[in-house]
Amino acid sequence: MNSIPTLAVKNLYKSFKGTPIIKGVSFEVYQGETKVFIGPSGAGKSTLLKCINQLIIPDQGQVFLNGEEVIHSHSRINFFRQKMGMVFQDFYLFDHLTALQNVEVALLRVKKMHRQKAREKALRELERVGLGDKSHLYPAELSGGQAQRVSIARALAMDPEVMLFDEPTSALDPELTGEVLEVMRLLAQAGMTMVVVTHEMGFASSVADEVLFIEDGKILEKGPPRQIFLQPKEERTKKFLSRISQLYGELNQNHG
Amino acid sequence: MEGLMAVIESLPYILSGISVTLGIVALALAMGFALGVPMAVITIYGNRLVAQIIAGYVWVLRGLPNLVLLFLFYFGIFPLLGWNFSPFTIGAIALGMRSSAYQTEIFRGAIQSLGEGQMFAARSLGMSKIQAIWNIILPQALRISLPGWSNEYPILLTDSAVTYAIGVAEVLTRGSQMVTRTYQPMPIYITCAIIFILLNLGGMRVIHFLEKKARIPGWGRGSET
Repeated sequence: MNSIPTLAVKNLYKSFKGTPIIKGVSFEVYQGETKVFIGPSGAGKSTLLKCINQLIIPDQGQVFLNGEEVIHSHSRINFFRQKMGMVFQDFYLFDHLTALQNVEVALLRVKKMHRQKAREKALRELERVGLGDKSHLYPAELSGGQAQRVSIARALAMDPEVMLFDEPTSALDPELTGEVLEVMRLLAQAGMTMVVVTHEMGFASSVADEVLFIEDGKILEKGPPRQIFLQPKEERTKKFLSRISQLYGELNQNHG
Repeated sequence: MEGLMAVIESLPYILSGISVTLGIVALALAMGFALGVPMAVITIYGNRLVAQIIAGYVWVLRGLPNLVLLFLFYFGIFPLLGWNFSPFTIGAIALGMRSSAYQTEIFRGAIQSLGEGQMFAARSLGMSKIQAIWNIILPQALRISLPGWSNEYPILLTDSAVTYAIGVAEVLTRGSQMVTRTYQPMPIYITCAIIFILLNLGGMRVIHFLEKKARIPGWGRGSET
């Protein structure tokens, strides 16, 4: 394992209009690791992810990608963002472009790739998420699960060092979450470095190298999934997990 | 019978005003578009001070009657600046500026209806703000705004008749000239009215055709998502 973490977040703070949302968060992700953030809504998970690639500019703290500080300057930030693929809860596919064009557009405009090469690469990425045959469809013609897989392909096409997933299945019907989680599982197995915010405890317990429980803008507890799910130390972690299992059903122990 | 004769006598002269009317409308639409799109973009994504200035511009122009703007330009501002423009050009500029105020609002609404997610997604891929606006935001916003934007055509077409007041030789001006020659106001003004209605019909056909062409598959099919 490389001694420099792929992604390091140090002492991050963010407030909105005087209300603190992130209150000093630090963590590191090494190459090939998957870290899963769990926690109640409003805990700041989404904000934290957007602070990492500076879609939201943190008030304080630092983010390092492969040891290099991610600085919000015009010239550098676009370079860093290519290296940090992001998948959003609501997909945010570009509605005026086909699935293929969605994956292709940043290759053409940002990486300035040759048209033919970009097309081939985009097709490969769509095939990787099992949608090679849907490349000509527009977002409105895709199911939610398919749309989210396209958005994963779109981020992967930039050859990111780390992938950030912001509740990728929360906007999906339950029967569609499986296909998205499967793609993410395969990605993790293939050695992608991933930071995932999710309520899917089954996924967290089977894929995560570490689960971090975040509440009220702070990491309250972290550890291997087995420890967090079976022997949580903090009272609030226990409470959250029991609430989640009521909502989403008991954790499938076989996954652990 | 005399009325019919007057119409037949006047028709070629009035019809030759169509190109003037349509010329003013086309120039004003184009000018409104060329100013409206960047002003809408700046209003949402640009410098706050510049956005405020644009908001002021929009507010003033939307509050001015066309005729006031026209007289102000024709008798006031342009002579004062020593600009010797034809009534046609001044009419097109005045209507174009007014349209730009309305078009700014149309495009602003369309961009805002996209939501911030599209910008987030584009920036997360490493696009600059300008790249995101050009490749992602505008192609969608312009399509969304087409139905609202197409309203500008009949508005400008009907408004173009006010350029009569500064002597632009458009359809109404020519009609009025023929009325003073033939003393047949009713048949001639009806002729003018029919010409305007037909121009509106033809223009809307073109616009609806464009709307169909620009439609994104899967969009606007109601409940189906």
